[in-house]
Amino acid sequence: MLSFYTLFYKEVLRVWKVSFQTVLAPVLTALLYLLIFSHVLEQHVEVYPGVRYTAFLIPGLVMMSILQNAFANSSSSLIQSKITGNIVFVLLAPIAYWEFFAAYVLASVARGLVVGAGVYLATLWFAQPPLQFPLWIVLFAVLGSALLGSLGVVAGIWAEKFDQLAGFQNFIIMPLTFLSGVFYSIHSLPPFWQGLSRFNPFFYMIDGFRYGFFGVSDISPWFSLAVVGSCLVVLAGFTLALLRSGYKLRL
Amino acid sequence: MFPAVDVCQVHKHFGSLHALDGVDLRIDQGEFFGLLGPNGAGKTTLINLLAGLALPDGGRMSIMGRDVVKQYRASRRLLGVVPQELVFDPFFSVRETLCLQSGYFGLRSNDAWIDELLHHLDLADKADTNMRRLSGGMKRRVLVAQALVHKPPVIVLDEPTAGVDVELRQTMWRFIQQLNRDGHTVLLTTHYLEEAEALCNRIAMLKRGKIVALDSTQNLLSSIAGCRVKLRLAAALPDALLPLVVEQKEGDYILELPSYEAVEPMLAELRLAGVAVQQMNLEQPDLADVFLRVVGKGES
Ligand SMILES: Nc1ncnc2c1ncn2[C@@H]1O[C@H](COP(=O)(O)OP(=O)(O)OP(=O)(O)O)[C@@H](O)[C@H]1O
Ligand SMILES: [Mg+2]
Repeated sequence: MLSFYTLFYKEVLRVWKVSFQTVLAPVLTALLYLLIFSHVLEQHVEVYPGVRYTAFLIPGLVMMSILQNAFANSSSSLIQSKITGNIVFVLLAPIAYWEFFAAYVLASVARGLVVGAGVYLATLWFAQPPLQFPLWIVLFAVLGSALLGSLGVVAGIWAEKFDQLAGFQNFIIMPLTFLSGVFYSIHSLPPFWQGLSRFNPFFYMIDGFRYGFFGVSDISPWFSLAVVGSCLVVLAGFTLALLRSGYKLRL
Repeated sequence: MFPAVDVCQVHKHFGSLHALDGVDLRIDQGEFFGLLGPNGAGKTTLINLLAGLALPDGGRMSIMGRDVVKQYRASRRLLGVVPQELVFDPFFSVRETLCLQSGYFGLRSNDAWIDELLHHLDLADKADTNMRRLSGGMKRRVLVAQALVHKPPVIVLDEPTAGVDVELRQTMWRFIQQLNRDGHTVLLTTHYLEEAEALCNRIAMLKRGKIVALDSTQNLLSSIAGCRVKLRLAAALPDALLPLVVEQKEGDYILELPSYEAVEPMLAELRLAGVAVQQMNLEQPDLADVFLRVVGKGES
């Protein structure tokens, strides 16, 4: 148990020591998105009746930051440790594969939530979306960041070079995020893309998260919860099996 | 009593390379054991398998009776490994590094022992320095400290003295020998053969993934009978002695004699030829001679 806790603590300490890059930078990025998109679209778009576009956008941006940072945390920590070789310190220790998993995923959740909270607080100055169901907000934030933290573990183990990881980020994470309805409601899409969005787990994470704010969503939050929960269970199972086999970590 | 390290018919392949080819090795508790071999022989590979950093393709291994694959948590608690590569985590200071390593091994308050380690490895004044700002030899000593945070009964050192200066090498070995006297088993690889000769009670030599020699240091040394004589002469060496020459450099002849009894006839031969001896050294065979004989010169 202490092994797990120490590894978790190390991961959090690492984030804290470079919090400028790991927390401040993503908050700034999200603010830039908000400034540009709200400036361009505020007058033209009304997604939910009576909700300003900027207010609509904020939960999406918060969730996007949570997801991207959760992924970045476990994946970049692992690949750095692999490339510098200091992953041996963890591999030499009597740490069970599930402790390893839990430590990296929970550190990702922590980073995701901190960045998410930072983005939320920073955007309050521009618009204040309501907080209809805070519990749903927290639930989707935790499940979503755990899902992406787990995906980050897989990517960090699989990638051997930084550019492979960047590929993973650019060709999988980014498109799925942008096509998930961060900036729009999928009802505004043509039917083909609407149908396609239904296969994107990110869509359910964002939609469920946004429900917590507005009490309105494209799809029932219970259904989104079921989808996100099942994805997490499947991915966590896969990641645990990978870690247990020692794939690419124990040659 | 379980052997400290038990390796039984272990195989490891890297693609088509047979890096370990049926290695059998048993190290008893309390030994100071040397694992020698040329570059690429498979020493690090064997250590990685013992540590669980790599998985074997065949065979069994255990540390103090705990199987390294099936009882990996128990076996890793009994083992402390100093890896060959100079690795470190640039985010942390020396003390943070050691505290984290203690935590990984389930030790909550380990400060007294960490201070002792820092003292013995002459790192006390660097305790709060970031790892990035240490010299290569200092980083290596932190690796040694990291391997010892949990006072493992079996200590594996993969070239721990590479890049460490002479004085600290001495201090470090005194410390490791003290640990050995206190009952810790030590498994050492090094390319400094004098080091192995002075420290190890038993030695195995590995070549292309196979153990080619395994005996007490004493037996290995005496397996090379006789001695070497280095001569500086006033004139040329008599023809009768030429077959004994193994090396000739700058007017010095190095002769290999089958035994000490052969020294007297050699001198007689010189006297007969009227060649005066200006300088003479008798050299004991050392581990390097055994190593070259067993492992083979040049080819690897
Ligand atoms: N990860 C790997 N992938 C492929 N081949 C490897 C790998 N690790 C080691 N080898 C090969 O296995 C052989 C044994 O390597 P090993 O590192 O065990 O040698 P060593 O005895 O420790 O040598 P040295 O004295 O140079 O440290 C070498 O031929 C090496 O190239
Ligand atoms: Mg080696």
